[in-house]
Amino acid sequence: MTQTVPPTTPVATERVAGDPALSVQGLWKIFGPRAERIIGTPDAELSRAELKRKTGCVVGVKDVSFDVAPGEVFVVMGLSGSGKSTLVRMLTRLIEPTAGTVEIGGQDITKAPDSRLRELRRKHVSMVFQHFGLLPHRKVVDNVSYGLEIRGEKKAARRERAMRMIELVGLSGYDQSYPDQLSGGMQQRVGLARALANDPELLLFDEPFSALDPLIRRDMQNEVVRLHRELGKTMVFITHDLQEALKLGDRILIMRDGQIVQVGRPDEVVARPADDYVREFVSDVPKSHVLTLRWVMRPVDDQVAPDTPVLPCDTVVREAARVVLDHNGPVLVAEGDRVVGMVDDDDILRVVVAEER
Amino acid sequence: MATATVARPVEPGAAPPPPPEPRRVPRWVWALVVLGLWILVWSFTRGDDTLFVSGTEQTDLHERITDIADGLGGSAITGVIADGINAIVETLQGLISTPEAPRPAPQIGWLGVVAIATWVGYAVASWRIALLVAASFVSFGLFGFWEDSMDLLIVTLVSVFFAVLIGFPVAIAIGLSRTASRIVTPVLDLLQTMPTFVYLMFVFILFGIGAPNAVVCTVAYALPPIVRIAGFGIRDVSPAAIEATDSLGQTTWQRLWKVQVPMARRTIILGLNQTILAALSIAIIAGYVNGPGLGKPVLSALTQNNFGAGLVPGLLIVVMGIMLDRTTTAASERSERVARGGGEDPRRRRIVLGSLLVPVAVAVWYSRYAIDAAVFPSNDLASSVASRANDWMESITSALDGPSGAFKDAVTYGLLNPLQSLLAESPWWLAYAGLLALSLVVGGLRALVPAVVGLTGIYLLDLWNDTMVVLNMTIVATALVMVLALVFGVWMARSRRVDLIVRPTLDAGQTIPAFVYLIPVLALFGPTRFTAIVAGIIYAAPAAIKLVADGVRGVGETVVEAGRSTGSTTWQEITKVQLPMAKGSLVLATNQGLLYVLAMVVIGGLVGAGALGYDVVYALAHADYAGKGAAAGFSIVLLGILIDRVMRAAADRAGPGR
Ligand SMILES: Nc1ncnc2c1ncn2[C@@H]1O[C@H](COP(=O)(O)OP(=O)(O)OP(=O)(O)O)[C@@H](O)[C@H]1O
Ligand SMILES: [Mg+2]
Repeated sequence: MTQTVPPTTPVATERVAGDPALSVQGLWKIFGPRAERIIGTPDAELSRAELKRKTGCVVGVKDVSFDVAPGEVFVVMGLSGSGKSTLVRMLTRLIEPTAGTVEIGGQDITKAPDSRLRELRRKHVSMVFQHFGLLPHRKVVDNVSYGLEIRGEKKAARRERAMRMIELVGLSGYDQSYPDQLSGGMQQRVGLARALANDPELLLFDEPFSALDPLIRRDMQNEVVRLHRELGKTMVFITHDLQEALKLGDRILIMRDGQIVQVGRPDEVVARPADDYVREFVSDVPKSHVLTLRWVMRPVDDQVAPDTPVLPCDTVVREAARVVLDHNGPVLVAEGDRVVGMVDDDDILRVVVAEER
Repeated sequence: MATATVARPVEPGAAPPPPPEPRRVPRWVWALVVLGLWILVWSFTRGDDTLFVSGTEQTDLHERITDIADGLGGSAITGVIADGINAIVETLQGLISTPEAPRPAPQIGWLGVVAIATWVGYAVASWRIALLVAASFVSFGLFGFWEDSMDLLIVTLVSVFFAVLIGFPVAIAIGLSRTASRIVTPVLDLLQTMPTFVYLMFVFILFGIGAPNAVVCTVAYALPPIVRIAGFGIRDVSPAAIEATDSLGQTTWQRLWKVQVPMARRTIILGLNQTILAALSIAIIAGYVNGPGLGKPVLSALTQNNFGAGLVPGLLIVVMGIMLDRTTTAASERSERVARGGGEDPRRRRIVLGSLLVPVAVAVWYSRYAIDAAVFPSNDLASSVASRANDWMESITSALDGPSGAFKDAVTYGLLNPLQSLLAESPWWLAYAGLLALSLVVGGLRALVPAVVGLTGIYLLDLWNDTMVVLNMTIVATALVMVLALVFGVWMARSRRVDLIVRPTLDAGQTIPAFVYLIPVLALFGPTRFTAIVAGIIYAAPAAIKLVADGVRGVGETVVEAGRSTGSTTWQEITKVQLPMAKGSLVLATNQGLLYVLAMVVIGGLVGAGALGYDVVYALAHADYAGKGAAAGFSIVLLGILIDRVMRAAADRAGPGR
């Protein structure tokens, strides 16, 4: 390999600068009787299957820690049964953690009393679910305003807010419909509007688009991108679809059997899979769409023509291809003002051709 | 012990079965061995120690129970409850049923009642239902049973009101809490395995005769459906919706009233519907304890074996059942539609309903002053229908004398008598041992405790012989029910068309109160135990047929197809694939059959079936026999629990029915 090794990220945890919007420390969930006694014993180190055989308990999430910065879209990814849903539900204690802490906006919620927890769910964190979870006996507008209703807001106020949310997610004109009169994609827009109606700082998504067909799914992903741009909320987004993860995520956490396998930016994950599990995951990704020049450049040797073009190091390979191939000889790569490397036709072609095979 | 390995059919693609264990003796061989031994011992000891107690005889135990019962009745609490019920029922009777002192008619005459009922029918459902309600009410008056019909309606609705008042909170509790469900379910099981008749006996001890007994019995009997079905509905609400709304920070109370109850509404109303039908069916039987309503004329017709006189009130009961069933079903459908935004503009509807109140008010006012609108003009429709029906029945019975007599003889001499002499003429210890052994063969070790407790209890209650007679009738009738269930169930499962035709008939049959079946069967077969058996068969067959049909249909298409691809004939397909795989539901159907038949056979005590049912009927009429009646009631309960537990154990061994 000729490429320079970029600073590798620690596999387990990555701290963000400044105060995180969400901070998870040593979070565990073990399903089963007397689960809390297992943590800290040698049993906790057993594999899932062995622990199940020995104690009858199932590990859902195993010692997970991470931080999410304000405004970040943090994607959690993994195969079915890897513990993603369990993890995201523990963030608002829809599932009680067995051990560990969750801090939201600097406050530890794992020990919060019920009233504090309700307050948190009502005002600060909302969730969108895979199976929508709409109330079939309520109109769209009443579904959207449900969260406002249970926190005791006046009818006129919550109606007005609900109508604005319905408009925001592009459902104007459907406010008087019932959920079963809407398509799956539209129902999920209602779910989204309901979550946004509370005006939370943190939005949680549990595979919200898995039940939708691919075209609708793409629409909805774009919708999330747009909302994120417009509202700038912090998001934790669960998915088992790598394309989705790459498209939405500022950072991606990959889980297997309840444990963290890798955390990193999309291009990092594609370029340097932490193990075979991740490699398998990313093997189908069109690399030229994800990899940036940072991952394919070589150290600069001295004989560079003075008029060589310079590209920023986070340019995606596909976009850089035209410039590099058009230019005779290597092209410089810069991070800020500093030249950090160079790429030539071969480096580009290696990435592009690799995925044609 | 016969722990024959139950051959579990292998699903396609499943792991290969473990190497076969050494072959065990199949269960039916063990059953034959037990029977053979029983018959052998019986042939030497026949007639010894049968513990026969004649109809008017009482043992010491029974007299002691009578004393206890006397102590229980007339306590302060029962007095208060009885007074309360009497006050409510009498007030309502004065309102719509019986003349109030100076007036020759109730406060609201028939015309007013018809108008109000029709309006309610329209308000809760639709015009079609309103018409049905109006026609039903008019028919009550036209056939001369206005007062009895209104009484029955009052008892039914008052009981349903209390059943819901008590049952709904319980339903919520078992819907929300597993612990509550674990505590309540066995009580419901017990209430539901108790034949209707037994309720009368026990409540009789506390409340004597009359409206209080009728209402208390009806409430107790009508409770389980609403508790079970509504509780199930609440528990069954989609967890996705609950989780999603929890994530918005709702309180437990908000979750219950804004999510769980509204989402379970349809099921809750279904529970209400079942509760109303259950209430109706026992409110009639309350005729035995002089409960007001249509049960009384049916009962007196039955005791006189007067088919025609029983037919009209019997049919009116059916009419009332259909009316209540259709109305609640349509009301549930309507509320569902409205909740989903269907239906007409609510404001217009309110205006229509409001303006329709004007003619209703006029009708009520008019029915208070005009005698023809107050008291239904008398006519001889009922008596002419009755005499025509009697003539008709006579010609049928004489025409059918041959076939029905032959059938009766075949069943009597082929099944009833031999089994009866084995069960009832064995010494009690022999029958005890034989039944215990058979329970173990059928139900395995899990049947041991219920069998021992049940049989010992029955022995201690001093009515062993009568119980054996009842058991005999129950077994024979259930055997015949299962023949019907297999034939029709398999046929329905294999042909959609047959299912489409037969199922509605069965559904209708199930909504008819048990009591009504006795009327025609009594006319055909006279006052014998055979009447009770046939009525039991008719009563139990629909449920059993449906269970078998659903069970056989539940056998996955792929399995049947796999069988078909190996070239099996239809007969092989049924006997080798479908029935063995549907074993669980066959056992379940047998269990249901046994319990239904038991209930009916006991009621048949009135029409010549004798034994425990007769003991109860006799006690209801002679208070100093209350002890024996109660003992008979307990014996019935024990027999029911014994049957139920053993069959459940058998069903669990047979594997899942679906
Ligand atoms: N209530 C529970 N009781 C016992 N085990 C559970 C429970 N809920 C989840 N599990 C187990 O925990 C593990 C993780 O489940 P989880 O639902 O979090 O996976 P997931 O990554 O969301 O999968 P999917 O992509 O299928 O939604 C699974 O092995 C599951 O069997
Ligand atoms: Mg999941």
